[in-house]
Amino acid sequence: MSALRELLGDLRGPLLAVGAAVLVGGAFVLATGHNPLLAYGAMLTGDLFATLSRAAPIVGMGVATAIAFRAGFFNLGGEGQLVLGGLAAATVALALPEGGLFTVVLSIGAAAVVGGLWAASAAFFEFRFRVPLLVSTLLLNYPARLLASYLVNHQLRDVDSGLPQTERIADGVQLARWGGSGRLHAGILLVLIVVLVVAFAIARTRAGYRLRMTGLNRRFAQAGGVDLRRLGTSVMFTSGAVAGLVGAVQVLGVHHRFIDNSLTQPLWAWTGLMVALLSGSRPLGVLLAGLFFAAVQTGGFAMERVTEVPRELSRVLQALIILFVAAKDRFRLALARTRRAD
Amino acid sequence: MELLGIFDATLTGSLLRFATPILLAALGGLICERAGVFNIGLEGLMLAGAFGAVVGSYFGGSALAGVAAAVLSGVALAALLALFAVRLRGNEIVVGIAINLLASGLTVYLLRSIFGVKGAFQDPALVGLSTLRLPGIDGLPLLGPLLSGHTSVVYVALLLTVGVQVLLFRHVIGLRLRGVGEHAEAAMTLGVDVGRLRTAAILVSGALCGLAGAQLSLGNVTLFVENMSAGRGWIAVVAVMFGRAHPLGVFAACLLFGLTESLGFRLQGLQLPSQLTESLPYVVTLASLFVFRSRTSRG
Repeated sequence: MSALRELLGDLRGPLLAVGAAVLVGGAFVLATGHNPLLAYGAMLTGDLFATLSRAAPIVGMGVATAIAFRAGFFNLGGEGQLVLGGLAAATVALALPEGGLFTVVLSIGAAAVVGGLWAASAAFFEFRFRVPLLVSTLLLNYPARLLASYLVNHQLRDVDSGLPQTERIADGVQLARWGGSGRLHAGILLVLIVVLVVAFAIARTRAGYRLRMTGLNRRFAQAGGVDLRRLGTSVMFTSGAVAGLVGAVQVLGVHHRFIDNSLTQPLWAWTGLMVALLSGSRPLGVLLAGLFFAAVQTGGFAMERVTEVPRELSRVLQALIILFVAAKDRFRLALARTRRAD
Repeated sequence: MELLGIFDATLTGSLLRFATPILLAALGGLICERAGVFNIGLEGLMLAGAFGAVVGSYFGGSALAGVAAAVLSGVALAALLALFAVRLRGNEIVVGIAINLLASGLTVYLLRSIFGVKGAFQDPALVGLSTLRLPGIDGLPLLGPLLSGHTSVVYVALLLTVGVQVLLFRHVIGLRLRGVGEHAEAAMTLGVDVGRLRTAAILVSGALCGLAGAQLSLGNVTLFVENMSAGRGWIAVVAVMFGRAHPLGVFAACLLFGLTESLGFRLQGLQLPSQLTESLPYVVTLASLFVFRSRTSRG
């Protein structure tokens, strides 16, 4: 009973933020000459399979970001880690087309290592040179994206296709698909497993305890014997590895090749980051919030088909929700403080 | 010899053009930093300005209308930033990220609902900023292309750098601002309204970023492209750290970052792959961060 009450209490903030964003977004739709009721009505008619396949990269990137956030480290570099992971996965898959399952595992592993190393390099800059992670992780996105774009336009380009993309990955290396017009693939399950493993690791393992303590109070954790540099580097590596894995899931499960901009255009990394913020970086909350944002996005597509309202309304709504969540957090903190003062 | 050949009129002529958007945004970031607000919304404010400039220029029929609309757009979004970060006391980093994402989504949404296009908007009806030829300097070798032939926004940015320096260190407003940034409680006991001053600083940064956006979409080119700020707001954040929140230091940092961008632009003329030349500013910005460790590490 008290657990339920606690859960409802946790949900109150995000739900209020969503309500406020819907109101402001509606006023905005009205101001741009559309009917908000029609727009929102059409948004509710999203399709479940589309939502699920959209939720996988969002939830995955949400968990990747949440791992770093929970430990009190910024990772705004999900985009670069995702892209390099996807590129690594495609490269391995194309190099070993005969390998079947072995290649799949190797390909996903390579993606995780490459994404992890890219993120860990930012941690190295932070601890060695005191370069703030907030800025370094973000700036690292651009060279990563440009490097991938360069390779896929030159060395890795499929010369026959005329598009900036690699050759198609062999059937045996693609992730299994089950129905839903081919939109349900093993990658969705893989992301779900990652969420559960991360949730368990954060809640129940010694490393997870260190991570949480560091996130709550860095100096307290250090006083308790946490090696900040070591923990920070491994947290950033894990965060980047999950992002890289999501890149592999999209490449092996959805696109079946690496296509320039295909991982950045849908803003997986940024939506994931918003989901992490909305859920307070709790893995199961990320799952819930990620499904919700995926539904908002597929709803946006449905809305665009039925009404004249551009689907980018979903991006506006998402950002508004995060704005309200940011304010909401402070309200709650302020409340807690006054209560303690009493 | 060949290496020195890169430093020609194309390079020197584009230096201030590329440095200006970063400089204007960094001046805004500097004012916020001095007031004790870590503003990472510069990127979004600049993007809003770039979009506002195109809207103003298209419907107002003049570059001036474009600049006015750019400044207004920057201030409007900054007001939202101030509301959530100062009045509602939200986490300034989360609010800043949300503002950036809001600007990115909003400009794409409006691009489609106002102009009915995706990706980019270009139209003969768009009036770009005209360039000024400085008499006496224009004909000089090297100095001519470096200093002359820029938009008015470039010269305004240079004047504003001096203006911010004077305001910060020679004016009572600057004294109060620094007081709020260094010790908010102390400033408060002296009767300074901390929230109001911080709000004002954020609004000013909105105006400056709006101007930066106008230089992007009506100065360097005459069109709007989705996410055309392309990380320049973040480079401005680094410029503030790098320049130790000091106008002249920040100016020097922006010149360096502008130089890398014009160097990339110049190298592209040498048939180097565009992806490699485009990544130059980000790589140099990152490198600058660990050459000169920032005094304030807030990560």
